[in-house]
Amino acid sequence: MRTEAVIIGAGHAGLAMSSRLTDRSIDHVVLERGGVANSWRTERWPGMRLLTPNWQTRLPGAAYHGPDPDGYQRAAEVADLLAGYAARIGAPVRAGTTVTALRARSPGYEVITDQGARHARAVVIATGACNRPALPDAAMDVPPPVKSLTPLSYSGPGQLPDGGVLVVGGSATGVQLADEIHRSGRPVTLAVGEQVRLPRVYRGRDIFWWLESAGILGQRYDQLADVARARHLPSPQLVGTPERRTLDLNTLRAIGVRIVGRLGRIGDGVAQFSGGLANLCALADLKMNRALDAFDAWAQDSGTDENLPRPHRFEPTHVEAQPVLTLNLARSQIRTVIWATGYRPDYSWLDIPVTGRNGLIRHDGGVVTAAPGLYLLGMPVLRRRASTYIHGAVPDTAELSDHLRGYLAGGQHPRARPVMPAQLSSG
Amino acid sequence: MTVTDAPIDNGVNVAALIEARTALTEQPAAAEFKWRATSTWQRGTHSHAVVEGFSGLGGEQSHRRAFTFDLDHPEVFASEDNGATPVEYVLVALAGCLSAGVASVAQLREIQLRSVKATVEGDMDILGILGGDPEVRNGFQDIRVHFDIDADASPADIEALVAQSQKRSAVYDIITNPTNVTVRTN
Repeated sequence: MRTEAVIIGAGHAGLAMSSRLTDRSIDHVVLERGGVANSWRTERWPGMRLLTPNWQTRLPGAAYHGPDPDGYQRAAEVADLLAGYAARIGAPVRAGTTVTALRARSPGYEVITDQGARHARAVVIATGACNRPALPDAAMDVPPPVKSLTPLSYSGPGQLPDGGVLVVGGSATGVQLADEIHRSGRPVTLAVGEQVRLPRVYRGRDIFWWLESAGILGQRYDQLADVARARHLPSPQLVGTPERRTLDLNTLRAIGVRIVGRLGRIGDGVAQFSGGLANLCALADLKMNRALDAFDAWAQDSGTDENLPRPHRFEPTHVEAQPVLTLNLARSQIRTVIWATGYRPDYSWLDIPVTGRNGLIRHDGGVVTAAPGLYLLGMPVLRRRASTYIHGAVPDTAELSDHLRGYLAGGQHPRARPVMPAQLSSG
Repeated sequence: MTVTDAPIDNGVNVAALIEARTALTEQPAAAEFKWRATSTWQRGTHSHAVVEGFSGLGGEQSHRRAFTFDLDHPEVFASEDNGATPVEYVLVALAGCLSAGVASVAQLREIQLRSVKATVEGDMDILGILGGDPEVRNGFQDIRVHFDIDADASPADIEALVAQSQKRSAVYDIITNPTNVTVRTN
């Protein structure tokens, strides 16, 4: 079967791109191994909510019009939202279709699936960044009978045995799981390495309002001094709750969570942690304060200052004088280890030499330059900092679909040009 | 940051380092370095060590000259004190690594340093190394570094400088995180 374009993945990015291709009259299909929004429906734990508020959850031609603009949707609600969006835009989704191989076959690509093969001149990879957990070597050394779980296999505190839990990783997932598990009566030890600290609310506004308004989310990948580092940052220590509460190491310590340094290794049932915790906490505080300085400067320059409460700063992260460096898992009654250590995309089906040393696809703002006609979506800081979040798909797909159209029309293979702001409205 | 007529000069060629980083990202094999030291036992707890060659950038390299070190234990250990103890060399290494980091980051951030002094102290319960108590580790219980820095920058900027130097310090990483060490014979 031949189409002009194939989109692999019916998540928010794949559907957003489908909307753009339909607008540009480009014949395409969206291949999805499960149902629309498969990852949101089947690979997220029930308590999970977006980090971004509802008013910011935009897609091409769609904005939030519900009663709770400042709320944060649960994973299941996002799945429903995307299913509704797919139906409304009439996205040509072929559900239950798993791509088993993608290879180059002139004049385009051959997409092999469990429902047959297709040929397309352009392919958009929108399979997401979170297909598999990224596990450190230490994960192989968890001694039985201690149970090991990842966020992909975690379904709630009730699933866990009684007793202590070691949560590894100080990302958004790490602090959220540490919080909900500790509150369930299972004492949590949280091992944190590099981390990003942000308050939920600053001067009365959601932190993502600041990040968007002050222009941080709009920063382009080719303007960043170190884009590789920006793409590798852990998610900020935030949670989305109706009360808009802040969730950081200080609040976790206050409820009794034990904070230790980065997990090094596990040997003979003993977990070793880094002695560098104080430095990583100090760096996270410094980075947060630099961000707040930038927000305050923007508020002043833009005249927004007058309507907001005054600037202030938050308590530094408290670290014990001598955090624990080793824990005998059995003696400390730790029954479960949860690896909140990040994710990796799964490109085992990708039979084109476009991945780099770290297994990630090499690209220039979503254009896979080594394979003309191949595009990538839905990766952290793909084209802008906003690319990491749902609404980032709005400008990303506008620009990349223009590039794709130019490619199909037989044009040169330039970098995708930025679209003028006026063209970026979600209407 | 202050406005001065003279360019900031802490003596660090950050341009070269950034260029090296870019070039090596494209050629990762060239970034694999091996640092070496050889030591020859003298007598008692006294050894003499030499550092001269290392490998990296795809080949064998050499310092401008051989650097030599005497290592020993002090008289209160019933030794002859022919050199600093190995653990003191570790403290020296930490001070040197962090200070080099402070200078490099200061250069990058255009902060003029006037003086940087690092005082390092490590606590050790010697019952560990004497085998007198199995609950006591051989190494340091705790290490503290105090920086005395006179620079053209606010206290907050100086704190940020010191925080960043730890972040990119090899010796800080070696001490605070596990490292494999394999020892073979003949």
